[in-house]
Amino acid sequence: MVLELRIETTVNGGRRVVEDVWEGESLLHVLRERFGLYGSKNACEQGECGSCSVYLDGALVCACLVLGGQANGRSVVTVEGLDGDRVQQSFVEAGAVQCGFCTPGLVVATHDLLHRVPHPTEEQIREALAGNVCRCTGYAKIIDAVNLAARR
Amino acid sequence: MKVGESVRRPDGQAKVHGSFVYSSDLHVDGMLWGATVRSPHPHARILSIEAAAARAMPGVHAVLTHADVPGEKLYGLEIADQPVLAIDEVNYWGEAVALVAADHPEQARRAAAAVKVEYEVLPPVTRAEDGRVLRHVKIRHGDQSAHAEVVVRGDYEIGMQDQAPLGPESGLAIPDGAGGVDLHIATQWLHVDQQQLASILALPREKVRLTMAGIGGAFGSREDLSMQAHACLLAIRTGSPVKIAYSRPESFVGHVHRHPGTLVYEHGADRDGKLVYVKARILLDGGAYASSSTAVIANATCFSCGPYLMPNATIDGIVVYTNNPPCGAMRGFGSVQNCYAHEAQMDKLAAALGMDPVELRIKNALKTGDRLITGQIIDGPVPVAELLRRVRAFPEPAGDGLMPGGYSNTTHGEGVKRGVGYAAGFKNIGYSEGFDDYSTARVRLFVHEGRPRVEVHSAAAEVGQGVVMVQAQIAGSVLGVNDVVVLNADTGVGSAGSSSASRQTYITGGAVQAAAEAVRARVIELGESELGGELPVGNEAALATLLGDAVIEETREFRPRATHHLDPETGQSDAHMQFAFAAHRAIVDVDTELGLVKVVELTTAQDVGKAINPLAVEGQLEGGAAQGLGLAVMEEIQLKDGVIRNASFTDYLLPTMLDMPPVKMDILELGDPNSPYGLKGVGEPPTISSGPAIVAAIRAATGREIDRVPVRPHDLTL
Amino acid sequence: MQFFQPATWVEALETKAAHPEAVPIAGGTDVMVELNLDHNRPPAFIDLTRIGELTEWGMEDGLLRVGAGVTYTRLVDELGDRLPALAIASRTVGSPQIRNRGTVGGNLGTASPAGDALPPLLACDAQVELASTSGARRVPVREFFTGPKRNAMKKDELIAAYWVASAPGPQQFAKVGTRNAMVIAVCSFALALDPTRRIAGTGIGSAGPTPLRATEADEFIAGELDWANHTRPSEATLARFGELVAAAAKPIDDVRGTADYRRHALAVMARRCLSWCWN
Ligand SMILES: Cc1cc2nc3c(=O)[nH]c(=O)nc-3n(C[C@H](O)[C@H](O)[C@H](O)COP(=O)(O)OP(=O)(O)OC[C@H]3O[C@@H](n4cnc5c(N)ncnc54)[C@H](O)[C@@H]3O)c2cc1C
Ligand code: FES
Ligand code: FES
Repeated sequence: MVLELRIETTVNGGRRVVEDVWEGESLLHVLRERFGLYGSKNACEQGECGSCSVYLDGALVCACLVLGGQANGRSVVTVEGLDGDRVQQSFVEAGAVQCGFCTPGLVVATHDLLHRVPHPTEEQIREALAGNVCRCTGYAKIIDAVNLAARR
Repeated sequence: MKVGESVRRPDGQAKVHGSFVYSSDLHVDGMLWGATVRSPHPHARILSIEAAAARAMPGVHAVLTHADVPGEKLYGLEIADQPVLAIDEVNYWGEAVALVAADHPEQARRAAAAVKVEYEVLPPVTRAEDGRVLRHVKIRHGDQSAHAEVVVRGDYEIGMQDQAPLGPESGLAIPDGAGGVDLHIATQWLHVDQQQLASILALPREKVRLTMAGIGGAFGSREDLSMQAHACLLAIRTGSPVKIAYSRPESFVGHVHRHPGTLVYEHGADRDGKLVYVKARILLDGGAYASSSTAVIANATCFSCGPYLMPNATIDGIVVYTNNPPCGAMRGFGSVQNCYAHEAQMDKLAAALGMDPVELRIKNALKTGDRLITGQIIDGPVPVAELLRRVRAFPEPAGDGLMPGGYSNTTHGEGVKRGVGYAAGFKNIGYSEGFDDYSTARVRLFVHEGRPRVEVHSAAAEVGQGVVMVQAQIAGSVLGVNDVVVLNADTGVGSAGSSSASRQTYITGGAVQAAAEAVRARVIELGESELGGELPVGNEAALATLLGDAVIEETREFRPRATHHLDPETGQSDAHMQFAFAAHRAIVDVDTELGLVKVVELTTAQDVGKAINPLAVEGQLEGGAAQGLGLAVMEEIQLKDGVIRNASFTDYLLPTMLDMPPVKMDILELGDPNSPYGLKGVGEPPTISSGPAIVAAIRAATGREIDRVPVRPHDLTL
Repeated sequence: MQFFQPATWVEALETKAAHPEAVPIAGGTDVMVELNLDHNRPPAFIDLTRIGELTEWGMEDGLLRVGAGVTYTRLVDELGDRLPALAIASRTVGSPQIRNRGTVGGNLGTASPAGDALPPLLACDAQVELASTSGARRVPVREFFTGPKRNAMKKDELIAAYWVASAPGPQQFAKVGTRNAMVIAVCSFALALDPTRRIAGTGIGSAGPTPLRATEADEFIAGELDWANHTRPSEATLARFGELVAAAAKPIDDVRGTADYRRHALAVMARRCLSWCWN
């Protein structure tokens, strides 16, 4: 196999360049293994769990479903780029974190939800976060965390 | 930092910021990627393995087969019957046959694909009825020819559930250059991994050092070895660090599952609803290798009658080998399968008697001092009737909310019927049947930046349940110190046993308590010699002054009371250490024409003895119930001729936020006289009776019998 | 493996002509799953996300022309009133993350019988606009699906857009899945009524080798409905409609459901959709 793709992208506000990427690498792989941003998780790599949720040019997407090259010239924001956000604090306080593998994706997805709908109803929360699977919590504390963040 | 407070997770900040290092995030410069060649057949003889082409590929550093395993070629938790790499036969679909290490994961995959294995396909045994018996547990309790006025029978079938922790199996093995290896791994039990690895690698234990990496959930899936030995073999062979990280489909064949089973029950009762006898045959499919099947079948058999007083019982619990994927530990451990059956039977019996199903349960509920079907007298609080009364007492929710089908627009109310169902369940906490259950903790007290600090070190696996908080709270409580740091788990301290059987708060908590108390005793001694008997515990400034430069360190092992083997002919014995109980009420809406289910609400009551961390306890009750819901209505590994047809999250469905309802709960703290702080194990009971309550509610809504889970739309319509 | 990132439609068509084996990638929500799970290793990809035209929609010649690259999220937000069945279906696709990326062009490209956009397009008699360096052609969606995951697109063609009438009457879509969100259809059904032309269109998903149209049911119900006075169809009419829809399906047993259940569920959904459309 030849590794000859070059990707240039903005990640969390900074310009990042990587050379010699295999064309088949997903944005998730590039973020994790090329840029060392392991916050976005790899629970399924088939779009089903949302643990890899990031912003791509402002839209919430699964990084595992974006081909690395597709991020060329785009702007990516990962959980590492939301540092200090109220959503993160609320997740810790509400007890919404157990193993935490779903958490980074949920933090980004919740950030997106609250940006679009500052005071979501429970039904809106459930529909908006249905693509983020959590195996540990049963979701109750996650909903509490979203409500807590919305109040802040 | 005290027992009974909802202390925040020490790893919480790192987890919400994405900086917590899970086993799949591990990396070092120059590391190689391992990949596994797996069997495409559920049963076949291996005729040859041709690895030269793979070895010759650029970037490929090693291709290994069973011939490269230096030590024991078989391993297993109870019985060493599973090959590290298949030897001359494969016994399940996806069994590991060969290993590859390469410098890019894609190259490793390609090299794995280039390893040519020639098989002679053999017919697989895929029906449990045809399987070879691995263990047969018999219970013969009371009158074996008891008769009753009212008799109900039922055949029940339970599908194969997957733990599906979100973090896939992964780890990094680093050779130490002196023949040994350091493995960074997410596991439920470091020391049992270490012991198995040492024998596989033919190394003394101290040359196989394990350090816990972040664990993305476990639920039983990380009790057996997955990629541990493989990564170590590749690392030692190549002299380079090797990382293996399973993909989701590989994870489905990389760990054991919850046993599927068929359960045949006959219950007899008198006209007043007093239970007279049970006859049951429980058949679990253990799959290709033993894993923890022998312990799972013991549980399934011991708790087969549920938390009810049963004077006479004839139970045969059988687990068999087949060529299906191996099954082993999953949250609830044998008590989940039987709960579906005994609770369905209780409802049938109530219907036959014309009794209210909750009243029937209350009438027969176990009480302190009752004798279990294993002959053991049950001590401590046994609030089964109380739990049932409590879940029944919650007000029922209104009818609005999302319809079955969610946003898929399948009904605007047509065909929708509501049902309410109840279930109760119980199981053992900790290891049973004479297994030496213990944990080790080291507690250190010293002054850090002018204040006393406590360091706790144990090998307990933090799988998400919060044992890091429990350890800190207990040490903090005993020593009256707020600054408590729990060190990362590793094999540098004694075994903690596994994070399973809902035992870690009890056993490692007990070890931390014992070690902290030993430190406290030494502080008191120090106080006596330095301060003439004054005790500075609780006064941090005084404690810091007293300690000065001193470092007080104590290590303790903790053992709960002993358990005993089951009599092989009668199953009578004090085989269990502690019992935990829970009850659930489920309210469901069912679209009776389409067979779609929306669980509207779950209500639970559970006696936790003492809630060491109430917020974490709630999290266990909610999360455990979600896994129960999964098995009840959607989660099943589907097999055809031994092949998994849905090894992905596209078709193995986990409950989403739109599937899981709110959980209302009553947490009882009745205090067990035998345990530290009176606590009871908490993690598993929520997964036991939640699903059966949902199925009971579906029966109530549809009027259908339903004798299999997960309940599928066609079961409710055709 | 090669990666092409054409900036214009013309460049994209030229790339496809020069590399007929190259796989176009839009939202990637189908392509990437195949790639990540090692099911497919195409020689090259052509990224279509840089081509502005593909993400536009507008009225042309009395029809809506919707670019192949318009995402489900935008369909729900921008076209809910003009294409109600497609919008209802779009809301059921995956999760917000999937809907933000996934496109109807990709759904057509994959041509899975379970593609949720496809029954509405069938019910609405949409046309697919295919283009190559030698020009564009429109294929009725009814003729577009040629087999399981196969379509009428030639090796050098790309999907430019689909053409469909702005809803002349009520439309519905319903989808059965074994989870309340994020689920591939066990089966699905779409219905579109055109009260001015007095015709009905149906679409069946996940119950045959391709998405299907229940032609007999269309004709039956067009004849039965009381277009002039809008009286409620009888239970017998609703039931017959359901039967005809079920009869048009060619389902199989698979991991998601049984053939018998699919027929049963289609009849139920068809009855319900019709009564919702008519009320
Ligand atoms: C988690 C998850 C959930 C999903 N849920 C659903 C669901 O509920 N319902 C559903 O229908 N689908 C679902 N899908 C599948 C997928 O999202 C849809 O099929 C989607 O429409 C694909 O669009 P895309 O733009 O992502 O396609 P891509 O993956 O980019 O492409 C799909 C196919 O179309 C081809 N293609 C794309 N655009 C063009 C073009 N302009 N010209 C020619 N060929 C083209 C590609 O070469 C490829 O063969 C789901 C997928 C995931 C990962
Ligand atoms: S890893 Fe991307 S959605 Fe699961
Ligand atoms: S906290 Fe473990 S998956 Fe959500």
